[in-house]
Amino acid sequence: MNYFDLFQFTPAFDINTAQLADRYRDLQRAVHPDKFAHESEQQKLLSVQRTAQINDGYQTLKTPLLRAEHILSLRGLELSHETTTLKDTRFLMQQMEWREALEDINHSSEPQDLIDSLYDSFADFEKNLFTHLTQLLAKDNQADNLLAADQIRKLKFMAKLQDELSRIEDKLLD
Amino acid sequence: MALLQIAEPGQSAAPHQHRLAVGIDLGTTNSLVASVRSGEATTLSDELQRHSLPSVVHYGNDEISVGYDAQSQSATDPANTIVSVKRFMGRSLDDVKASGSQGYSLTASENGLPVFNTAHGQYNPIQVSAEILRPLIERAEKTLGGDLQGAVITVPAYFDDAQRQGTKDAAELLGVKVLRLLNEPTAAAIAYGLDTKQEGVIAIYDLGGGTFDISVLRLNRGVFEVLATGGDSALGGDDFDHLLQAHIQSALGIVEPTIQLNRQIQIEARRVKEALTFADIVTASIESDGQTLSCEITKAQFEQLIAALVKKTISSCRRTLRDAGVSADEVLETVMVGGSTRVPLVREKVADFFKKMPLTSIDPDRVVALGAAIQADILAGNKPDSDLLLLDVLPLSLGIETMGGLVEKVVTRNTTIPVARAQEFTTFKDGQTAMAFHVVQGERELVDDCRSLARFTLKGIPPLAAGAAHIRVTFQVDADGLLSVTAMEKSTEVQTTIQVKPSFGLSDTEIATMLKDSMKHAKDDITRRMLTEQKVEAARVIESLTAALAKDGDLLSAAERSQLDESIKALDTLAQADDSDAIEAAIADLDEQTQDFASKRMDNSIKAALTGQSVDNI
Repeated sequence: MNYFDLFQFTPAFDINTAQLADRYRDLQRAVHPDKFAHESEQQKLLSVQRTAQINDGYQTLKTPLLRAEHILSLRGLELSHETTTLKDTRFLMQQMEWREALEDINHSSEPQDLIDSLYDSFADFEKNLFTHLTQLLAKDNQADNLLAADQIRKLKFMAKLQDELSRIEDKLLD
Repeated sequence: MALLQIAEPGQSAAPHQHRLAVGIDLGTTNSLVASVRSGEATTLSDELQRHSLPSVVHYGNDEISVGYDAQSQSATDPANTIVSVKRFMGRSLDDVKASGSQGYSLTASENGLPVFNTAHGQYNPIQVSAEILRPLIERAEKTLGGDLQGAVITVPAYFDDAQRQGTKDAAELLGVKVLRLLNEPTAAAIAYGLDTKQEGVIAIYDLGGGTFDISVLRLNRGVFEVLATGGDSALGGDDFDHLLQAHIQSALGIVEPTIQLNRQIQIEARRVKEALTFADIVTASIESDGQTLSCEITKAQFEQLIAALVKKTISSCRRTLRDAGVSADEVLETVMVGGSTRVPLVREKVADFFKKMPLTSIDPDRVVALGAAIQADILAGNKPDSDLLLLDVLPLSLGIETMGGLVEKVVTRNTTIPVARAQEFTTFKDGQTAMAFHVVQGERELVDDCRSLARFTLKGIPPLAAGAAHIRVTFQVDADGLLSVTAMEKSTEVQTTIQVKPSFGLSDTEIATMLKDSMKHAKDDITRRMLTEQKVEAARVIESLTAALAKDGDLLSAAERSQLDESIKALDTLAQADDSDAIEAAIADLDEQTQDFASKRMDNSIKAALTGQSVDNI
């Protein structure tokens, strides 16, 4: 399923997200099961299936990381269930340092300051990854697609770190 | 969006018959029924002008009473008087016992569901809930003067699959068509008419008798998009009562109260809690052995007792805002729902957190039922031009058990529903022909920490080498948040629809017995009800197909068209007669014939929805 087609967008990493949200709402108005509440079971089932597809497409196109993966998948590069590991040692070292910093939060006298500064570092790092990813995806050739896939893998690492940090922050606030 | 309404020839915009539909708030402590009459949603009252019905059922030796009558028995006959049954819904006996069985005699059903042993017989939580719904439905049919086309029933946003299914089963036990299970917070947002006024983010803080929900919604041109929902399905005003009850009990020096005395203190605790909303000091008094025991409770004492619980709700708010990806400053309005939001400490803490005064103008006890009524009116088809649309999310992640008792998440929480996700599995032994699945719901990594939803076994896998068979399992969650599972072996393309047996649901024999029991009360029997249901579905199929043909008949060839017309005529004839199996078969036959047609129409409406868009953007 090409979600760009479903939402009538040209496949590209840069998309107008406000327009995407508008189109999403218009599609929902046309197919949502609530529009078929007093219709036959067949219509209802069909509507549930189409709406599920539209919801999936919207999430995919709305979330930059998923959108990038979808573009690569349309170009024949499937990342969703892969087991390839990253070989960038500098990146992995950085990850380990951050992991250690996460562990230090609980022993810190000013945990919230540390948390805030980590959020900032993560955001900066992610921003760079995304800039690079955008450039690579725009080139659309085999070599650059492979490099783009590496950026995506790194961004997934970053997402996990963010989750971890939020969990630690929650525990601290409770 | 709909600026122009162009009526098709032959499809005049003549006002069609008003379909009767209601919204029901099936609450932990009180329940209500509401309907839209003359364009306005109102709650319906009984003969004594009372709107809310206490969610209490008394099972006496000879008769069952509900509401105020049952409530008056609560202190004298607590073991046979079921209160707060909503807390038992979709729970196992073990879950219930862990949180205190409140003096009931409980046994486990075949599937481990709690069953109340009463003077009147054994009843499960679904049956007890149906008893609460019964007088509300009767009240609605009497007040509105006709049979109901359907009902929207509200559930806490945080209800899991088993709890939702139980609620739906309770209504269906009475033969009521459930148009939609609507999340309580969303219902409240509709009641406030926020859809017509604003664009932006709103938060709904819903603290009822037994549950706490926080939902964050984005509003845009009539569309309510739930961004995230959170809460605690076992935290509510009842817990305030319990804490106060324990406090009063120790202040009065009562060590081991009888069941009756215990219930008396519980009722007094609730009265004191409510009085403390308006007074700084209240006297609690209890009659015991002809003596009056009393003590004073100050607002400060009460607030100290409940502070930790209120703080817990605020933590949920913070987490849910983060899940939604918005900050507290971005929230335009906060809506308060549920009787427990009358507690001043709750209002104060919520106002502090969101940095604005919450909306409280609509009675927090009625707001949910009113919103449900508005939605019911739309779903019944009384307002074809309505722009209102609710996009809800899955409250808890769905996952599947993997090796070592770990959970692999298939659909994560806060995913917009309906949703369908496929996962592939493979055999791990040569010649393996069956595979067992265990579906769970929850956020934790270990199966034991999540709620078990269903177990099923996929049989008939072709015997192949280990790893050669690929089984694709599709999880589908509908707009009510209810799960269904289908599985397919890819090499043979054999599709198996699995009957998912909810772990805490009912067995087939239980369903049959319950239906039979419910029929004893209604002047009705099973075959007649099934026939009626088939006839209603036949009418629905014919109506919807006739309209579809009038509009898009040109998608069919002449031959297909005349074949269809024949089948419709055949179904119409059968629907006049009394053979329910024949009607069912004719519907299935028509379904198959129209599969492509319906699918094409749906695709066309998807394209049409965006054509308007692209024109706007030129």
